[in-house]
Amino acid sequence: MNEGFILSNAWLIPAIPLISFFLVGMFIRPASKQAAGLVATSAVFLSAACAYMLAWEYYQAFAPEYQSIVPWSIEWLRYQEFLSVSVGVLVDPTSILLMVVVTTVSSLVHLYSIGYMHGEEGYGRYFTYLNLFTFSMLGLVVAPNIMQMFVCWELVGASSFLLIGYYYDKPSAVSASKKAFIVTRFADLGFLLGILILGYFGYHVYGVLSDSSTSVLAEMNQYSSTAIQPFDFKFLNHPAVIAQFADQGSLLGGISMLTLAMVLIFAGAAGKSAMFPLHIWLPDAMEGPTPVSALIHAATMVVAGVYLVARLFPVYAASGSALLIVAYIGAFTCLFAAVIGCTQDDIKRVLAFSTLSQLGYMMLSLGVATMAHPLGYTASLFHLFTHAFFKALLFLGAGSVIHAVHSNEIWDMGGLKRKMPVTHITFLIATIAIAGIPPFAGFFSKDEILAAALGNHHQIIFGIGLLVAGLTPFYMFRIYFVTFWGPHRTEGAEHAHESPPVMLLPLAILAVLAVIAGFVPMASFVHIGEPLGHHGINWAIAIPAILVALTGIGVAWFLYAGNQDRVSKLVQNLGVVYRVIKDKFYIDEVYLFITHNFIFKYISRPIAWFDRNVVDGSMNLTGWATRMSGWILSHMQTGQVQTYAAWYALSTIVVFGLLAVTLQ
Amino acid sequence: MGILSWIVYIPFITAVFVVFTPAPKWYLIRWISTVGTGIHLILTAVLTWKYWQVASPDFSSMKTATLTKLYLVERFPWFESWGIDYYLGVDGISVSMIILTSIVIFTGVMASWHVKNRTKEFYVLLLVLVTGVFGVFVSFDIFLFFVFYELAVLPMYLLIGIWGTGPKEYSAMKLTIMLMAGSALILIGFLALYNGAGGQTFDLLELSKVDYPKSFQIWVFPLIFVGFGILGALYPFHTWSPDGHASAPTAVSMLHAGVLMKLGGYGALRMGIYVLPEGAKYWALFFMALTTINIIYGAFGAVMQKDLKYFTAYSSVSHCGFVLFGLVTLNLIGMKGAVIQMFSHGIMTALFFSLIGMVYGRTHTRIIDDMGGLAKIMPWFTTCFYVGGLASLGLPGLSGFVAESHVFLAGFFGNPWHDLGIMRFLTILATMSIVVTAVYVLRGLAKVFQGPIKNPEFAKLTDADITERISTGVLVFTMAAVGMLPWYLIDLIESSLMPFVNRLH
Amino acid sequence: MVELLSNNPPGIWHWLILSTILFSIGLYGVLIRKSAVGVLMSAELMLNAAVLNFVVFNHFVKPFTIDGELMGIFIIAVAAAEAVVAMAIFVAIFKHKKSIDITHIETMKG
Repeated sequence: MNEGFILSNAWLIPAIPLISFFLVGMFIRPASKQAAGLVATSAVFLSAACAYMLAWEYYQAFAPEYQSIVPWSIEWLRYQEFLSVSVGVLVDPTSILLMVVVTTVSSLVHLYSIGYMHGEEGYGRYFTYLNLFTFSMLGLVVAPNIMQMFVCWELVGASSFLLIGYYYDKPSAVSASKKAFIVTRFADLGFLLGILILGYFGYHVYGVLSDSSTSVLAEMNQYSSTAIQPFDFKFLNHPAVIAQFADQGSLLGGISMLTLAMVLIFAGAAGKSAMFPLHIWLPDAMEGPTPVSALIHAATMVVAGVYLVARLFPVYAASGSALLIVAYIGAFTCLFAAVIGCTQDDIKRVLAFSTLSQLGYMMLSLGVATMAHPLGYTASLFHLFTHAFFKALLFLGAGSVIHAVHSNEIWDMGGLKRKMPVTHITFLIATIAIAGIPPFAGFFSKDEILAAALGNHHQIIFGIGLLVAGLTPFYMFRIYFVTFWGPHRTEGAEHAHESPPVMLLPLAILAVLAVIAGFVPMASFVHIGEPLGHHGINWAIAIPAILVALTGIGVAWFLYAGNQDRVSKLVQNLGVVYRVIKDKFYIDEVYLFITHNFIFKYISRPIAWFDRNVVDGSMNLTGWATRMSGWILSHMQTGQVQTYAAWYALSTIVVFGLLAVTLQ
Repeated sequence: MGILSWIVYIPFITAVFVVFTPAPKWYLIRWISTVGTGIHLILTAVLTWKYWQVASPDFSSMKTATLTKLYLVERFPWFESWGIDYYLGVDGISVSMIILTSIVIFTGVMASWHVKNRTKEFYVLLLVLVTGVFGVFVSFDIFLFFVFYELAVLPMYLLIGIWGTGPKEYSAMKLTIMLMAGSALILIGFLALYNGAGGQTFDLLELSKVDYPKSFQIWVFPLIFVGFGILGALYPFHTWSPDGHASAPTAVSMLHAGVLMKLGGYGALRMGIYVLPEGAKYWALFFMALTTINIIYGAFGAVMQKDLKYFTAYSSVSHCGFVLFGLVTLNLIGMKGAVIQMFSHGIMTALFFSLIGMVYGRTHTRIIDDMGGLAKIMPWFTTCFYVGGLASLGLPGLSGFVAESHVFLAGFFGNPWHDLGIMRFLTILATMSIVVTAVYVLRGLAKVFQGPIKNPEFAKLTDADITERISTGVLVFTMAAVGMLPWYLIDLIESSLMPFVNRLH
Repeated sequence: MVELLSNNPPGIWHWLILSTILFSIGLYGVLIRKSAVGVLMSAELMLNAAVLNFVVFNHFVKPFTIDGELMGIFIIAVAAAEAVVAMAIFVAIFKHKKSIDITHIETMKG
């Protein structure tokens, strides 16, 4: 094995942004804002370069058997013997894919932000947070064990929280950041419990294996710099371990321990990837600066849930029912979000719902895969890859537009086609890519997902996928037409200017990627189980999908490209249905009701009251009783010597009487 | 005098220096205290180094030990006829607690830089109190332990009663009486241990060799556990804590929540579980249920608080619940988690109280709803508050996560003597607190620091000055260091915890 | 008890019962009398019961010594001194309060 420099020092990739975070946050930011932006950006570019180098070296060294290796790791937390957590770097095709995506998008977003955030008050703070996020995301991606993943999972959550709440004097941003953190935290509770279950059984299986079949452990220890531990993905995903897992007992109603653990972990994944019903934080998260939405809430952090399920895919596959839940939740979210997306007027919110919908695609694709027919696995990660580019591009384009018009409402825009030519072209490319029109990137990955769903006989899910393939172009072209075509609707649109080159360059690069990313032969790089071979386009599925997409575009053109009367008529005809969809099915209100009217009102406030009055009251009562009894006894103190003497005499008689009785 | 005696008496010697400083020279007094505690901090580093030198060769052999091994022992007969010795020694747990206390008192002295009322008496009492705390952590004669314990608890009455705010006399009285009730239980327990062992010795290690009958252990253990538990805010004996903390002056809240409450956990571990393993096994599930209530109840209680100090006090109740919860899981992971949580919560809550004191010194209000938008005016405090808040909700990379992950895992792994299902059920209940904690921390901090500036008066306020930056900076640094490099702390305490676990088997 | 007394020749029991009766009357007086002088007189009765006991025990238990008699004389002397002090106090109280009803003396009340 001929390891290159980066391959043996893969820790550099997450470490560079971390070092930059500390440097920028502590020393550079107070000194100079401009320097902070530059240092932060160049650090991420450096990290991206390392990631490309790593990919190159890895594919050179390990072709065609793509082993997963842990070139660097150290023990971090030792719970007890044979149960410790190491911090390390796992290198396999999946993590390399994610590293490339994260560093690429992150570096472009850093670059873009130099222009976008120019003149903002917290410029240095912004880049500090952005660096922190990049570090945490990379740490998550390279995690060799589930605990490191959880650690970085929480850290990306925290940096997302900080960035959503970046405009901290704006109450809506503050509440959005709280909401994002608390909802994902709630989901992480499931994740944590799942980890506890897996850790417990993993520890026992580890004990069994180290007694009976040490060769299995030795095999796992290959390509690893520290000894394998129960929390390691390599351990958990090993067939021998999974077989042992399946033997663990079942709970009430016949749910096996394994299924329970995997469903709980999926709850965590669903929180981060904003699956229904935990999706409510993502649209609100658009309160953050637009580049942040592009990086965190479109391209990278939100796919962490997908990545988590993919990482544990063999375990999920062993528990078929958990995987089925993944598939159906994914499919439902996919449709649900697309429907809402058709009615929103805030350009970033439409993109947010579109992200939800695309994440649903990725989840359902994982859900339909099996170990025997793992096309869905590859398709999911392929879609993750292409989606990262075109969705980041869409957000950055939207950011460019917002920057020019100073409004998020699509109805405040219009006619920007000529005012902002570069933004327009790149936005159009991204829109076509997400719509799934060949030869742009989205087409290839979506085709694979649909093929995977049909290939494993999930007709319903395939149907949903196909339907959404039509809805997506509709709502995307809706915002495209309203924003870029037609008349200038407001003064802002009238006076819009093209953004500076530092913002346009990332748009251009991403546009190129959105065009060509589909041609990457993903199946030969990323797969689980046996290599898939080259998977061509399945035209029997592709042609209907293209037709559906074209229909969607056509409808959008018919309704929004010209006269607006058609829309208002349609809206009137839909009436209540439209209202319900536009208000996002009132899910937020339900949550609000539960938290405020139930948890705060019926749990928290009573507990606070109970503590002050009952528990503390009983303590005060003890004190009061002591004083009272003292007060009562003080009445025996009459001051009459004769009373005292009487008591004395009586007591003496009693004592002697008792003595007499006992002595007999 | 060996290093341990110096560790105990340096605060006392500093206090003597302060006594002989003329009262009007308050600036001199605080410098003397700062220098004294600074020297103590250095000495603590030396102690840690020395401990590491002498103890690390034994780490592997401790894995099967059932008796605590002491290092740097100092021992002289004190009351020979009763078997009372002046007996000091340390193991890893003591060392970690000494580090904690030393950091907290140093930052506490700096945080009380602006105490102008009877400065001299304030510092004298503070230093005497901390002498007691150090004494507790190093004494291995239970009589001496008790003497130091009382020395640590009593000055609190004066400190809160004189320098406090709000209903300070009530709070001071309540706190002292409840803690005294705890002391009474402890004293009964200690005397029972002494008598049960034949009335020959107060030496903790000798007592731990005695094979107390199970029936004896069953009635003595709850005395000792509850006695210490009152100090460790065990439900339902925690009610002194919100009032006491809310009324106490800054440094006293820091020291009390940061260190004194740890005496509870420390004592319960050292005197309860170590000496009376059978009793611990008998009562563990019961106390586990109580501590689960602590965790959940404290967290929910904090959600609705309006005063920042009450808010922090309830969160302390919740976090101290983790300490006791970890202890009564009766396995290595849990006890380790408990000790780490003691350390982590000590630093965290000291940070919180010092920040609240500093912010209060500027805004003159602690009511959460009256504040708002302070982030713009006080970026340093905001950053520190957020780091503390994130640590408190268990964000990885800060100390809280290390402790909490241990405790959860321990509850889930259970122990051979109790029903795994019940333990897991309680653990799952306890894990729920991470969500509630996130809710109250984020709500509270958002109201105080974010949003538009609520009161135009606030715009004139200033950010932290240099002493405040040092004291909060040290605490934030410690918290991050434990969170990112937890293995140093784990190595320090792990081998010392092995006898505790081995004795149970 | 009557049998015990009537069936036996006069001896220690008779004397002891006499002194018990004397003591009880005294105790009763001390607890009941309102007048300070009455209390003092009753106390004298109790002292005399004690003196009687000393003399009786001396006579019946160790007939050839005089320890008991000595004690008796000693007590009489002390009682006389005590009566003087007490009377002086009563006079002082009377001057102050115009009464020596001890139920009105309650400065020790809690």
